[in-house]
Formats: sequence, structure tokens, C-alpha cells
Amino acid sequence: MAHYIGTPTSRVDGFAKVTGAAKYAAEFNVPGLVYGSVVTSTIAKGRIARIDLSAALRVEGVLDVLTHENRPTMADNDQAYKDDVAPAGSPFRPLYDGRIMFSGQPIALVVAQTSEIARFAASLVRVDYETDTHITDVHCQREAAIPLKPPGDPIEAMFTPPKTRGRPEQALAAAAVRHAGEYYVPIEHHNPMELFASTVIYDGDGKLTVYDKTQGVQNVQHYLCRVFGMKPEDVRVMSPFVGGAFGSGLRPQFQVVLAVLAARALRRSVRVVLTRPQMYVLGYRPAMIQLIELGANADGTLDAIMHDAITVTSRYEDFFRQETGWSGLLYKCANAGYKHKLARLDLATPCDMRAPSATTALFALESAMDELAVALNLDPLELRLRCYSERDQHNDLPFSSKALRECYRQGATAFGWDKRNPEARSMRDAGDLVGWGMATGVWEALQMPITVRIALSANGHAEVACATSDIGTGSYTIMAQVAADMLGLPLENISINLGDSSLPQSPVEGGSWIAASVSNGIATTADAIRDELLRLAKQMPGSPLANIASGEVTLADGKLISKGDASRSVSITDAMRHAAVDRIEQEKTYNPSNDVTRAHNTHSAIFAEVKVDEQIGVIRVTRVVSAIAAGRILNTKTASSQILGGVVWGIGMALHEETLIDHKVGRIMNANIAEYHVPVNADIHDIKVIFVDEPDDSNPLGIKGLGEIGIVGVAAAIANAVYHATGKRVRDLPITLDKLRL
Amino acid sequence: MTEVENPGSGRDAEKLPRAVQTTVRERVGAQSPMTTPEAVSVRLTVNGTRHSLLLDPRTTLLDLLREHLDLTGTKKGCDQGQCGACTMLIDGRRVNSCLTFAVMYDGARITTIEGLAADGALHPLQQAFIDHDAFQCGYCTPGQICSAVGLIAERRATSADDIRELMSGNICRCGAYTNIVAAIQQVMGRS
Amino acid sequence: MISFRYARANDVADAVRQIAGDPDAKFVAGGTNLIDLMKMDVERPTKVIDITRLPLKQVENTPGGGLRIGALVRNSDLAYHPQVEARYPVLASAIMAGASQQLRNMASTGGDLLQRTRCCYFYDTATPCNKRERGSGCSAIAGQNRMHAILGASDACIATHPSDMCVALALLEAKVHVSSASGDRVIAFAEFHRLPGETPERDTNLDAGEIITAVELPPKGFATNYTYLKIRDRLSYAFALVSVAVGLELDGDTINDCRFALGGVAHKPWRDPRAEAALRGRRANAATFADAADVLLRDAKGYAHNTFKIDLARRCISRALMQAARGTPQSQSSKKIA
Repeated sequence: MAHYIGTPTSRVDGFAKVTGAAKYAAEFNVPGLVYGSVVTSTIAKGRIARIDLSAALRVEGVLDVLTHENRPTMADNDQAYKDDVAPAGSPFRPLYDGRIMFSGQPIALVVAQTSEIARFAASLVRVDYETDTHITDVHCQREAAIPLKPPGDPIEAMFTPPKTRGRPEQALAAAAVRHAGEYYVPIEHHNPMELFASTVIYDGDGKLTVYDKTQGVQNVQHYLCRVFGMKPEDVRVMSPFVGGAFGSGLRPQFQVVLAVLAARALRRSVRVVLTRPQMYVLGYRPAMIQLIELGANADGTLDAIMHDAITVTSRYEDFFRQETGWSGLLYKCANAGYKHKLARLDLATPCDMRAPSATTALFALESAMDELAVALNLDPLELRLRCYSERDQHNDLPFSSKALRECYRQGATAFGWDKRNPEARSMRDAGDLVGWGMATGVWEALQMPITVRIALSANGHAEVACATSDIGTGSYTIMAQVAADMLGLPLENISINLGDSSLPQSPVEGGSWIAASVSNGIATTADAIRDELLRLAKQMPGSPLANIASGEVTLADGKLISKGDASRSVSITDAMRHAAVDRIEQEKTYNPSNDVTRAHNTHSAIFAEVKVDEQIGVIRVTRVVSAIAAGRILNTKTASSQILGGVVWGIGMALHEETLIDHKVGRIMNANIAEYHVPVNADIHDIKVIFVDEPDDSNPLGIKGLGEIGIVGVAAAIANAVYHATGKRVRDLPITLDKLRL
Repeated sequence: MTEVENPGSGRDAEKLPRAVQTTVRERVGAQSPMTTPEAVSVRLTVNGTRHSLLLDPRTTLLDLLREHLDLTGTKKGCDQGQCGACTMLIDGRRVNSCLTFAVMYDGARITTIEGLAADGALHPLQQAFIDHDAFQCGYCTPGQICSAVGLIAERRATSADDIRELMSGNICRCGAYTNIVAAIQQVMGRS
Repeated sequence: MISFRYARANDVADAVRQIAGDPDAKFVAGGTNLIDLMKMDVERPTKVIDITRLPLKQVENTPGGGLRIGALVRNSDLAYHPQVEARYPVLASAIMAGASQQLRNMASTGGDLLQRTRCCYFYDTATPCNKRERGSGCSAIAGQNRMHAILGASDACIATHPSDMCVALALLEAKVHVSSASGDRVIAFAEFHRLPGETPERDTNLDAGEIITAVELPPKGFATNYTYLKIRDRLSYAFALVSVAVGLELDGDTINDCRFALGGVAHKPWRDPRAEAALRGRRANAATFADAADVLLRDAKGYAHNTFKIDLARRCISRALMQAARGTPQSQSSKKIA
């Protein structure tokens, strides 16, 4: 029955994307649309003393300028602004009052007939500030960093460090071989290609249709309803296509608030598109200072892991994830301890960015493991195998599945790891130093409750509907594949509706949980469709399925077929026509089983080759092999692309990405993609993705999710390869050539 | 070829709600308004359709297409010439349309992603991008494809290294680069 | 972007007439730098004169054996011009090392000479910058200065010139032909760009009311022993940390003539006659090249984030001279350093 699941099916939205027909948030044009341009603060902390709009308002074509002084009513309590994924604290409220909490904060919206006029007028808004002293440098806040509070609820408990295991200090002191190192990952920005934008269509009756760049249409809808006191039926949020997000679209962003404010104030349709520089205050991967201490026995088994972290947050929200816990999870080690402090800075709140916490933590842990391997005079892969953990040691649970050993084996074979000379600086290629490094990756296999509606027509076409998103991950395609297989229909007979808050409930698209959740949601609903079809088929005179139970039939080739006897079948069309039914519609909620008896994770092994010019220090990542254990792979083509993308992100993290702040003015100075470097085509060479077989029964379809695992560990593998090539250990990212000083 | 007369910016000059007009007037006071610059006429052929337009000279070709002609296939990713999402072909050459004033291109023939598929049949590059999964979110894709059309027409790329270098003006944050190169190689191999 | 009057110029005389006496007017050709800066409100011309119709698109041989490049010749056309590829490959290589193909398809020869710095403070109107607003101060000296100058900077400005093409033109000792309402003149390339001194707002010695009409290359093109080596923070589509253009004339392994120019290190493409003199007549080997690098960098000064560029420049000079001497110029496609 799996005609499509597991195959390299091309994206079903591919045609729309390659022809330009796919429409993103800023691309819904309606008559009478007007344009908002955002004015942002030039100071990092203080208060607006005076804001002079006169020059802006004099510009012909300007309709209004909204500020905290003249805006329409908004909610006045934190609860209203707390979206589904808000951290603890007091969320930022756009244009709420005159307080400035970060440089680049939106302080006014100019609305005009055209975008050119709006942007020009925005440049004429004059602001006087009362300035307070700001701190934006995490290194200046090390001493002032505050320990995390004990968790207040189960969600917070997920993000606070695990309990200490054993007696790590004593074990470390007694260890035969010790390694301690401090590692630093700077602030990084998502920089999805699409500019953040919202088009708010103002319907005559005051209802709003909001095309928004978001990973959660219902999160935005609920938020807007609370902030503006609107009824859910009066706000519909849509995001049929999202031009990348990587976490930056999990929370409602300020452009949607400003666009809705303006639409309500002017009673007309408004579009607000942020500039690329303005996107640098939408959230970021928090900078992280980490101290890793490892204690090993002489045989290369671990006896102590200590992981201390300081991460960046804002003054108004405490954003953190379980940064340190990954260290005690990944390797077998009887003693493990964790500390996590927050450095509150005068910046916007960080947010999730591709594999949040694991990406930064595993750069440190996997670099440290490489250093330990050197200290032990042991092959880095062999060290991992000696420390292999068969159980989740936080809770002493087995894994639902863990094919990491196979990742190591297949990855090493494909890479040719056995030909590695263990000596640093020992391998050369025509004047280049060659380095081979490896690392492990780990992420969670999560599932969320989700609701899916399927409407089946008598002609064998089905519409699948769910308010989830496709941010480039391939949701449209895997949903169509799963639906086609579960309903026994050709792929082209399936249409997918998503990115619409009016559709059945979905969580935000993040954490790699959508593939497992929505696929099983489709399967659940498809079962209900099958049952209804069987009920109809049984009503047919002389029905070949008369006495058959619902579990005994399957849908295939447009028919209900007895599992035991394929000659007993009824076509969908016949069953529905006979009952005079044109359409069967079912809407079911998939509630994943809360399996607390096992741990659920994805794993990876990454092998990287770098070539480094010995004289100049230019690093090229010439080869990467990423072997992934992530349960059942729904679509080998789109899944491979997700891993490729993760590897490219890892290369950027290792070599290029860093947000530069001028701490004197508290302002991001490379807020553009010419000076904030992400990899370009010339930076990327040979990348091989391997999916190892990993049967898993955590959910009926055996899916674990892929969005995050591809990046985890990649930066460490590259840093380790750079060490192997050059003998230089770089512990602060990115590894720019000046840090090598060969 | 069809011809479309498009006087003005395409924006309707509908009246503002009374309350808003009052607000603005009160705040502006007696001072005279700053007028918009003199509109400039320009004739362009976009995907075979001739347009006669009267434009604010600040209007970029990118915004002209997206905001005035409802051709939103060409994307805005940075508006600063740093990402390549806005790549289109002007008289057959690939350029960043965000760094143009439309009025400078009077008489030009413009091809956008919407103009590549002839009579519903995909351009070989469009098909190759689908076959090789050379995109994920799709936002850089029209720019990548237009850029690749330009690349092939330039006849300068002979190796994968050449393709990588000459496609480096098109950033793909989803990281589809290896598949983009494979898609282009497939089409180059055929042509 | 402020609103501006748009005008088209039909010929050079028309262009200089239109700009004469209007200090707030700007010419636009490729637009790749000006339009970006206008969007950022760094450039605020009240009148923009479109010169793309001017008849300055030819590349012609000069009677003296050189090449005259019209100011409107696009970067990519110039890099791919058979005469440039054959006789001035260092120029072709430098052009191909800069920007992206889309930008090279737009950018004009004259505009490339007038490209403004990428200093992040120059671009951010919320911060002081003497180049943007005279007397407001230089934020980069005590701020983010990884990309900034190590040579020829002043207390008023430590910005660098971002062009790659200009580094090759400095090497080739090009001449810049300019016209104005009061006549024509020719500016030696070394005299075209300025050091910041106390007037960092002036990038060049082009006077108000002048237009670049052509860039003339003298006959000597160093087509045999040359290179353009550009080092940056990613492998393409990024501005130089350091770049080096080299042209050598060798007699066996003796250096008969030699020029080299650096990009990314100063307010203008950087040449140093003393450093070049240190090479002439000597054997082309690593020791000689290291000496020349030391001479050129004798007064180099770093700031908080860019001191590494001094050592990087030293290594790049040595390497680039070696590439040129060996006849293995740096490929701009393969990112392996030759």
C-alpha cells in the first residue's frame, strides 16, 4: 500500500514554485491597498521624549503615521501578548508605549499610498530620546548572569537543566584523563530569504484576512484576537507559502501587529514589509558561552561530564532551552552536572533557530570530545563508540529506536574514515592542509496533537486540510504522499490545504514535529474515511464486503479491498454512488500516545573534510557525509534536501555566521546579507546524505522528523576537521581565517 | 503581443475615511504638503506584453512588477543587491531588479519567471529544478532560475566550479546549492 | 529614499550641462551602488540624471597601443572583452572577483570608480560618520572595524575602497578621462582616489560637475605574469579583506619590472613605489617577495578587529607575487589558492 511513502516524490508544490505562481505574504494584491513603512529606534535603551511627525505627514500620499501616542487601543496585559510559544516574561508590545528596549525597535508606522512614499516619509519622522545606559555584550554580563529559576510548569521543566547525575565533581577530580574547554557561539540570525511581511485585507464589515509570514497561522490568529479584542471569526490568518523561517516565524512578529493596527485605524487594506535590516530584531540564536569539562577513564570511557552555559536573553523575557542537557544524554557517563545562567542584555528576545540549543551545545560537546580523543590518543570515532549510550540516562529509559551505531558505520564507510591519519597536519593535497573531522548529532523526535480533515469525492479525489505550514520543509508533498497511500488514490488526486487558520487545528511548525504529527493525523482521518466507505459498501446488495470488519479492509487502487482476499473489493465510486453520496468528510484529531517509558530521539553522524591553505588560512569544506537515523523517511528526495540544508547551515555556523554589535551604541552593525555572511553557492561542495534504516513504533507510521537534526553537530565536525588539518583548535565561532594564524 | 495601457501607478485614488482625513489635516496644520516627484512615463515589454506607465521615478523594476503589474513571481529578498532573489532578464541579461529605477529602462524587454514557461510547458530549467529538488521554500527559486537562464546564455560556465561561482549571486538560505548545480548541469548537458 | 527629479541626458554635453551648478544632482548609470545608498538615505540627490544613453559603451584601441574603455561599458562586458582577456587578464580577473554576475551585468566602468565604501557606519544613518556627515566623528575607529583600513587612514576615517576592478586599474596605471562644462581633462589613476585625511567625505578628485567618459589603459598589460588574489570571509560574493593585483616582467627569474596593488586595505587602491622598487632587479623568490611585503606594510596600523589584516596582507602579497612569477594566476572559479 505504500506506493508513495518512502519514495523520492518530487514536490507537489514544485510547479507553483518554479513558475512564480506560489504567493507569499507580501504578494496578495487587492484594490486600494496601502503601504506601511516602519520607523525604528536608533538607541538601545531609554524612552521617547518627543516624536515629531509633522514633516512625514506633509508628504503628499501619506495617510497617517501611527505611534504609541496615537495608535488605536491595544490590550494592556501581558497575557494577551503571550503567544503559544512565548517564553516567561513580559512580551514586547509594538507601539505600546514610549519605552525603548532595543535598538531597531519599531516606534512608528507611516502609512501611504505607495511603498516609496511611505519609506520616504518614514525617514522624516524625528525622534528625541531620553537615553539610559545599555549593555549588549554578553562578555560584560558574565558575572551578572543569573541562574535559571526552578521550573514553574512542565514546559519550563523541559527547558531547565536535568538533575545532577552521580557526583560529577568528584568523578572529574579522580578521572585518569581530563579535558576542559570554553566554547563560544555568537549571536546568529535566521535570515530567511523572504522578507517578513503581512498583507491585511480589510473586508467591508471590519473582518480581516491576514496574509502573514508565519510558522503558525493559528498562533497568530489567537494572538491578534487577544491583542485587538477581536473575535476568532473576524480574523483569518493565511500563509499558503512561507519563504523560509527556521524558527523566526514561530512567534507573531511585529509587522503583523503594525499592519493590523493600521488596517483598523484606516479601515482599509494595508501591507507592511520589513526591510532586511529591520529583520535583525525579530529574534536570533542566543550567543552562548559554554564550559565543558570531561573526565575519562584510561580505556576511553567517560566518567564525568560537566556543562556550564551562559546564554543571552533580553531584559523583558527569559528565553532559554535545555542547552546543557544534551551533554548528559548523548554519551554513557555515570556522573553528569549542569549549570545554566542567563545574561540579560538590552537586545530583543532571542528565539528558536534551527535545532535551538542542540546546535550550540553540540558544537561545544563534540569539539570537547574531539579534544578528549586527542588527549586519549584515540580515534574520535572509536571514542564515541566506547561511550555509546544504549539508554537515555536522564531518566534511565531505553530509546524507542537508536540506530546511531549504524550512522557511524555507514557514514565512516562512505567517507573513507579508515584512511585517516590520526596525526594533525599529517594529510596534504597539493599544498593544502587536509583535515578530517567527525561529530555526532542528536535531536528529539516529538509529536503534537493535530487535527486533519479529509473530504473524499465520489470521483476519487480527496482534499486534505490542516492549519499547519510548509516553510520549505515539504509538508505539502509528504501530506499528499501519506494521504494518497492511506486512501489508496493516485497522488494527483490529492489536494492539500494548509496555512489557513480556519482549517483544523495544528501546532506551530517547529521542533521537527510536523511530519510525524500531521502524517499520523492523516492516517487517523483516513481510517475514519475508510470506515465510512465500508459502511456504505456494506449497504450495497450482495456486497462482497458484507460481513467484514473495518480492520479487515484497506484502501488501494481506488477500492476498498479485503486484506485477506483481494478478490473481495468495492470501488470508492461504486460505494458512494450507490449510497447517493457525493462527498465523505471526516475530521479527526491525532493524539500521540504519551509514551514515557522510552526516550524518543533522532541521531546523526557527520564526517567532514576541509582543505586549508597553509599560508593564507582560507578554509574550504570540500566533503561532508551526514548519516541520519530518523525513523521512517517519508520522501527520500525532500528529506535529503532538508539534511543538505542543515549541513549548509552547519557550514555557515562553522565558518561564516556572526552578528556584529557595536556595544557602544548597542546596535547590530552587519544587519544585511552582504556583511552577515551566509554560505553562497561557491562555499558548498560535495555533500552526501545517508538515511540509515531505523524502524520505530513511537507512532503508527514510524516517523521521527528531520528539520533540525541535519544541522546538529556539523559545526563541530568542521571545527574538528580544521584542527586535524592545522593543529589549531578554534573554540569560538565562526572560524575565520584570522583565528588560525598558521 | 498584447498591449496594456496602465496610466498612473495603478493605485485607485479613493477617498480616505472622513475620520482619517481629519486626523491628518489637523496634524499637518497650515503647512503646505510636500508633493511627490513628477511622474515619468516609461514603456516596457514584460514577458511579451507592452506596458505604458507613468511612474514615481523611485519605483524599482522589482516594485513595478510586484506592486503595479501583479507579477509577484520575482522576489524581494533584500532590496539591496545582496541576495539575487529579484533576478530577472533585461534584454536577455540577468540583473538584480531591486537596484534599478524602472524609468531608466524605457524600451527594454524584460523576462521574468512568469515568462519562461511557453504555453504551459515548463522551461527545461524549471523542470530540472523540480526533478533535482533544487529548492525548498521556493522564495529564491525564480531568481535562481532566471539567473541560470542568464548563466547558460553567457556560455562561460564549463565546470561545476564555474557554475558555483557564477551562481553565487543567488543566495539560497534553505541550502539547496548542490541540487541547484545538478539541475543546471543537467540542462547545460542537454543544450 | 527622498523624492528626486529624474532627467535623461542624451550626450556628454547634455549631461554636464544638466549637472552644472547643481551640487545635489547625481548621475546614475548601473545604479548598483547609488540606488542602494539612496534607499539607505545615505545618498540624497534631489536630481538624478540618467546617463545610460550616452555613447560611452565602446572598447577601442588607442593610437598609442592601449585600450580606451567607455565609461558605460558594463563590468561583465569588460571582463569578457577579447582584448581585455588577452592583453589585460589581471583586469578581467579582478572584475570577476567582485560582486555577482548580476551586478557585473549592471555596473558601469565609470560607476565602479565611484563606488563608495562598505563601512557599516557610513551605511547606518543612526551612527556618526565623517564621510557621510563631516565633523560628526568616525564610529569605526572604536567600533566594528574588521573590514577597515590598515594603511593611509586618518583620525577622521578608516574606511576602505571596496572595488576590485580599481585595484587592477591602479596596477595598470589607467587614465581617467573626464569632461565638464569647462572642458575635458585626464586624471592619472593614482591621483583619482584620495586618502581620507581631514576630508573623508571626498572619495575622489573628480570635481563637481565632472563626468567620467572613459578609462584608458596604457599598452603594458602584464599578460604573462599576473594575478588577482582576493581573500574574503566567504568564498564568493563578499568584499575583500585583502586583495592583491600583481604584474611582473621577468627575465629568467630576475624581475625586470614589477607592480602590485592592494585592495581592502586603504581608502584607495594601494600602491607603493618603494615596495615595487624593492623587487626590481632581484630574483623572483619567496625572500624577495617577503621583503617587498615588509616594505609596503612598514607603516601599517591595525585597530581592534583588523590587526590581523597586516599579517594577512603580508602573506597575500608574497603568495600573489609567487603566483604571478610562476605564471599560475588565481582562478576566480576554483577556490583553491594557486
